[in-house]
Amino acid sequence: MNKDEYQKLVKKYEPKENKFQNVIYAFLIGGLVGFIAEGIIVLLMNFFDLSRLDAGAWTCLIIIFTASLFTALGFFDNWMTKSKAGLLIPTTGFAHSVTSSALDYKKEGLITGLGSNFFKLAGSVILYGILSAFILVIVRVIIGG
Amino acid sequence: MASKKFNNVYIKDNFSIVGPLERDGLLKTYDLVMEDYYYGESTFEQAEIKMQKIVLNNLLNKTRLPENKVDILIGGDLINQISISSYNASKFNIPYLGIYSACATYAEELIIASSIISGKLAKNIVAITSSHNLNAERQFRYPVEYGAVKKHTTTFTTTAAVSTLITSEATNIKIESATIGKAIDMGLTDTNNMGAVMAPAAADTLNTHLTEMKRSINYYDLVLTGDLGLVGREIFLEMLNKEYNINLKKYMDAGCEIYTNSQETYAGASGPVALPLVLFDKVLSSKRYKKILIIATGSLQSVQLANQKLGIPGIAHAISLEVL
Repeated sequence: MNKDEYQKLVKKYEPKENKFQNVIYAFLIGGLVGFIAEGIIVLLMNFFDLSRLDAGAWTCLIIIFTASLFTALGFFDNWMTKSKAGLLIPTTGFAHSVTSSALDYKKEGLITGLGSNFFKLAGSVILYGILSAFILVIVRVIIGG
Repeated sequence: MASKKFNNVYIKDNFSIVGPLERDGLLKTYDLVMEDYYYGESTFEQAEIKMQKIVLNNLLNKTRLPENKVDILIGGDLINQISISSYNASKFNIPYLGIYSACATYAEELIIASSIISGKLAKNIVAITSSHNLNAERQFRYPVEYGAVKKHTTTFTTTAAVSTLITSEATNIKIESATIGKAIDMGLTDTNNMGAVMAPAAADTLNTHLTEMKRSINYYDLVLTGDLGLVGREIFLEMLNKEYNINLKKYMDAGCEIYTNSQETYAGASGPVALPLVLFDKVLSSKRYKKILIIATGSLQSVQLANQKLGIPGIAHAISLEVL
């Protein structure tokens, strides 16, 4: 049996991932996070007399803090797995990846462990986030003048 | 010849410790349970070292064997530089060999021990192996608290440690012969489907064993593979059938015998301890089988080379056991 034939055999027995169901999950749960965040923004605007921009920044902080706290309390990884990409795509995913890395390496020293591994998973998001923002700004300058 | 016959090599006793999830699974006759993953230590790595220390101490007590009567300690695990086994070995006054063969480590230990004892170079050798789910996650996958979405082909690393005393003194379990497998790369690069990486190696080793020992598959009352899991098991059976014309009926895969379906362990258990746990817990304690062929399977991947998209080599070693 050559390598190609074997890969066909493996394909045959790999259970099919239910992509449609995963997309629905992610859509609903990701949407729910957005819905809650919007609720918090409205609350902050009404009760603390903040502008929409300030309320948005505070909401972002609240969401990041909550996701980090839930990660540290140990149950957020189960939520992440079950929600497919639903909690991964909002800021919750970013906060979760940073906090889980920090927790994982804290026993290996503040510099050699926590410090150097803090952005182990989130590093790609930061790098390519900045890079794409940079490119989009150039595009905007060219098109928008 | 990849197959060797041994003279006067026996398994005397065994001691195991399992984690909380394994206790709630299908296993019954383990010796100790650790209730939490830290096991009183400050890190998971240190917990695994303690697990190894406890199974070794208890095995020596159980068999009333003083440390200085053990000729060699052979240890192996999944963590970088087989550090768990080596750190544990430093706590004992026993000559130590550390080996790595991923999840086929236990079989490799038995083969080395049997060869030395069969050659009359030693009388008592202890083989020890362990894996800890959270250490393996840290080593090969993501941080422990990170909730990655997993594929259905992923296997779940078993948390346990097992020590076995192999001796020249006659007991009722004889290590009769063994076949050393070849590392086989079928071009698979998916570290989340280790069953498929290991299945061709298992099939090749089984075929080599039967051919070289001039045996038919019906010679054995049971063939027990290590940790192919739910996906790898099916690939293995089809490959045996199509490629080697072997119709395997009396078959069990240790990876499918540790967790229940409701435990969310994807394609089943993996890790070097899966095979010895099921061997002693389910196969030998049932006293239903006389001639048993165990085939431990390992996926010899590294994080770096997997990221470089190289095909992962699989390995499988077979050992024939006779219950007297």
